Amino acid sequence: MQFMLLFSRQGKLRLQKWYVPLSDKEKKKITRELVQTVLARKPKMCSFLEWRDLKIVYKRYASLYFCCAIEDQDNELITLEIIHRYVELLDKYFGSVCELDIIFNFEKAYFILDEFLLGGEVQETSKKNVLKAIEQADLLQEAEHNWSVLNLE
Amino acid sequence: MSDIVEKTLTALPGLFLQNQSVGGPAGVKTSFSSRLGGLVRGITALTSKHEEEKLIQQELSNLKATVSAPTTTLRMMKECMVRLIYCEMLGYDASFGYIHAIKLAQQGNLLEKRVGYLAVSLFLHENHELLLLLVNTVVKDLQSTNLVEVCMALTIVSQIFPREMIPAVLPLIEDKLQHSKEIIRRKAVLALYKFHLIAPNQVQHIHIKFRKALCDRDVGVMAASLHIYFRMIKENSSGYKDLTGSFVTILKQVVGGKLPVDFNYHSVPAPWIQIQLLRILGLLGKDDQRTSELMYDVLDESLRRAELNHNVTYAILFECVHTVYSIYPKSELLEKAAKCIGKFVLSPKINLKYLGLKALTYVIQQDPTLALQHQMTIIECLDHPDPIIKRETLELLYRITNAQNITVIVQKMLEYLHQSKEEYIIVNLVGKIADILVLNTVDTYAPDNAWFIQTMNAVFSVGGDVMHPDIPNNFMRLLAEGFDDETEDQQLRLYAVQSYLTLLDVENVFYPQKFLQVMSWVLGEYYYLLDKDTPEEVLTKLYKLLMNDSVSSETKAWLIAAVTKLTSQAHSSNIVERLIQEFTISLDTCMRQHAFELKHLRENVELMKSLLPVDKSCEDMVVDASLSFLDGFVAEELSQGAAPYKPHHQRQEEKLSQEKVLNFEPYGLSFSSSGFTGRQSPAGISLGSDISGNSAETGMKETNSLKLEGIKKLWGKEGYLPKKEGKTGDETEALPVPQESIIMENVDQAVTKKDQCQVLTQSKEEKEKQLLASSLFVGLGSESTINLLGKADTVSHKFRRKPKVKETKSGETTSAHSMTCSYFSSSSNATYEDDYYLDALQDRGDKELNKFSLNSELLDSESLTELPSVEKLSNCKLSSSPSLFTDNNMEGFHPSQSTAPSVAPETSLASSLLEETSEHMHSELVEVCHNETISVSSYKIWKDDCLFIVWSVSNKSGLELKSANLEIAPAENFKVRQ
Repeated sequence: MQFMLLFSRQGKLRLQKWYVPLSDKEKKKITRELVQTVLARKPKMCSFLEWRDLKIVYKRYASLYFCCAIEDQDNELITLEIIHRYVELLDKYFGSVCELDIIFNFEKAYFILDEFLLGGEVQETSKKNVLKAIEQADLLQEAEHNWSVLNLE
Repeated sequence: MSDIVEKTLTALPGLFLQNQSVGGPAGVKTSFSSRLGGLVRGITALTSKHEEEKLIQQELSNLKATVSAPTTTLRMMKECMVRLIYCEMLGYDASFGYIHAIKLAQQGNLLEKRVGYLAVSLFLHENHELLLLLVNTVVKDLQSTNLVEVCMALTIVSQIFPREMIPAVLPLIEDKLQHSKEIIRRKAVLALYKFHLIAPNQVQHIHIKFRKALCDRDVGVMAASLHIYFRMIKENSSGYKDLTGSFVTILKQVVGGKLPVDFNYHSVPAPWIQIQLLRILGLLGKDDQRTSELMYDVLDESLRRAELNHNVTYAILFECVHTVYSIYPKSELLEKAAKCIGKFVLSPKINLKYLGLKALTYVIQQDPTLALQHQMTIIECLDHPDPIIKRETLELLYRITNAQNITVIVQKMLEYLHQSKEEYIIVNLVGKIADILVLNTVDTYAPDNAWFIQTMNAVFSVGGDVMHPDIPNNFMRLLAEGFDDETEDQQLRLYAVQSYLTLLDVENVFYPQKFLQVMSWVLGEYYYLLDKDTPEEVLTKLYKLLMNDSVSSETKAWLIAAVTKLTSQAHSSNIVERLIQEFTISLDTCMRQHAFELKHLRENVELMKSLLPVDKSCEDMVVDASLSFLDGFVAEELSQGAAPYKPHHQRQEEKLSQEKVLNFEPYGLSFSSSGFTGRQSPAGISLGSDISGNSAETGMKETNSLKLEGIKKLWGKEGYLPKKEGKTGDETEALPVPQESIIMENVDQAVTKKDQCQVLTQSKEEKEKQLLASSLFVGLGSESTINLLGKADTVSHKFRRKPKVKETKSGETTSAHSMTCSYFSSSSNATYEDDYYLDALQDRGDKELNKFSLNSELLDSESLTELPSVEKLSNCKLSSSPSLFTDNNMEGFHPSQSTAPSVAPETSLASSLLEETSEHMHSELVEVCHNETISVSSYKIWKDDCLFIVWSVSNKSGLELKSANLEIAPAENFKVRQ
């Protein structure tokens, strides 16, 4: 996978993860073009797009669009399932996730993504394992956090 | 995900207020989230982009002050980072914070470190110089006893890490492969995968450790190692054949559901692992029968198991099909895979349909019949509202282009081209069209000159200056070298000239520079074909272009080259004089040079003509590089006491020897002993230079410089020569083509002789789509066209299971031509009761509501001269879809379902029809209408699920049937009887 973008129906970017080195200018250009193209597509249309020499796989969940760029020989359908699995993970973590959860806790959304996809490849396919890793990190953090809060007070 | 509650942004402010009032005393956490919340809320409340910019700039300057203040605690810094990430996501520059992100990762506690690392991974890319500052932190964290810290370090390494610093962390990461925690091992494998991607040499020595990872007891670690293996096998599949067994075993276990249930995804066992394994097997089994045999079983099982109707099973099926077609073929598996593709293509789900088309596209070369099976679906997809589907269909058609369907396919491609605006698509598509037209023209798919030139014009106009430079080059080469038939070539060139003259006549149209260059070359080279006394007309046009400011100077060089060539044919021209006047004072030195060359050449007409011969662009110019023609002059001068010519090195040597008075070291003495000293006569020199022969560039340039820069680049002798040599080889290879066409003609003859009566059968509903189908899929799989294409594919006759064309025997030589065609304006699938239809025909009077004309032209080909009375339908055009029906000759009709010409005298028609179709239900032969020369009969056959209506038009006179008009009465007259 080359990159993943999350954006709202209004075209506002909510999350971006780039797995290939690109300059900021290119990233902005790509984001702008893709958001436009994807938003212009009708709901009954195919979830795949050919864009430059890449394949774009996108899916809409409520008001959010999840959009992945893959190479031509990659499997489009399984990429759709990657998106779905990510949504499942978010859902499980936030408990019925909505766009607001992602806006206000986008760093959490990034942490979850990093436990699921790493360097553009699927890192862990078991939902349980991903959530366990996140919880573990959260727990340790909480402990340390509480400790430091206590220390301050 | 239906259970997601959609909360709209309008609810935001209220929600935030709630948060604030409740969360005030709850501690630091709330205040942190509310600061980001405040920012988010502030932004959403704004209406204009301008206001947003102002707000964020202000926010950024606040942040800048905060992060650089020494009093800022790490916790505050963490909160600042989150806001910085947010600002950068909105597209604002937050680069001042990058260094603080690195600091945070270095100094913070776990919570802060995590955000610091995240910020680094989002802000920086792997070539960023600041990344070097992170290396120490990573090294420290990798050595930490805290698992979370190690995980964070491994995560950042797998995302971005400076290539040069890999050695600093590599031993630490290698150690982690033996770590007791599987999450650490897994992340270590992925970090090594990243290293393999950016610096494969650095991890070469640990390949053996990857094998350990592949055999890891934890599924996650094994799955992670598959990423590395996929890459490595992709680069060098032969090195990993020994692992095939292991991969097959793993896949068997996965498919058999031996993995923990955690790895199931919607009750499908570990689909990601399955797909990765299938891809690896596909790479391993490619062109390798022995390796492929190992995997047949497991592939079969995968295909069998994937039954569930869920997207993820289709994902696996798709990969399976891909693998089956990649490895050494096994017919049983191929058959199953083909069925799978059918499932995809016929699926109502658009995503699956797209993948079906994609699968067809790569399978088509191996199995062209598969496209025939799905031709109607493909036709539907061609007009699909989703452009992606359309494009994939075009891609598919591009792969099946042959001489018979080229016009339709190219037309469809051009249609798409005119609609698309994205440059990438245009370049790609133009390249494909040109590929079909120009690169394949060894056996010319193009049906005729006019079509060829017009299509190329469209390609040049649309593709413009973005297309690949090879396209115009190849096109001009094609024109210059031509095919086997000289008169045909001349006509093609003449047509090109005429077409360009017309194009240049149009006012206020700007053609792309590349197109103008092609035009100027063609006009300069082949204008003489027009046989006009003076090229004044074209010179005026070229002059106009030369004075046009929008024309680039490169194109102007081409234009003036054309003018120069034309001038050699013109006796005198005012325009040329004007042109010389204008450009000899041009500021562009290149143009000035060209203008002066032209001026001087004009003063010596003989030289000009020999220099710029007509139609010699393919011939080598003999150049006397040795300048031997000067021998006489040199001898004369010598005899008059002139000093002999000394080559450069000799002069230098002499210069040296003159200085020898003081120089005691023999610097360049090697020269004096060499044989060169003796070579002082001009003859000797010319001998010496003769060795380098005609390829000597210096001599070439002297004469060639007059042929102008623009041209020389492509067509100049030195650039052209090697290509020319290459071409002679091509020509010999191309020789079989005409032979084949002769064979084809012979076959043609045989067919005509043997089967003088071909009964036309007709599918019940001849929709345009079927016409389109027939014109698109014509030639696919039929022997003759396969030959024509030179494809080595095995011919399959599957598609002939239901032959629609029946050949009947008849000894009659006088035969009329019968052309069958039925057309229903409605496209519903209901069965039409044809009595009404026929009545309508008879009663049609003069009403012409649904007009339909059938033009049959007589083919005046040699093959038919022996059978003068046989009228051959060569070109049938349906007015409603003229281009869809351009196949000529009978074999063109073989695979088509829609139509076929038949030759049958009326008398024998009935009997032959009866003979052929007696097994089906049929009606009596009814004469529909007739006059003294022509009689039209109709005949119906019911077969399977279709109704054929055969109209036979018999010609009672001996005259040639030049054209036939068939008019069909209004559609209201048809009655549908279920």
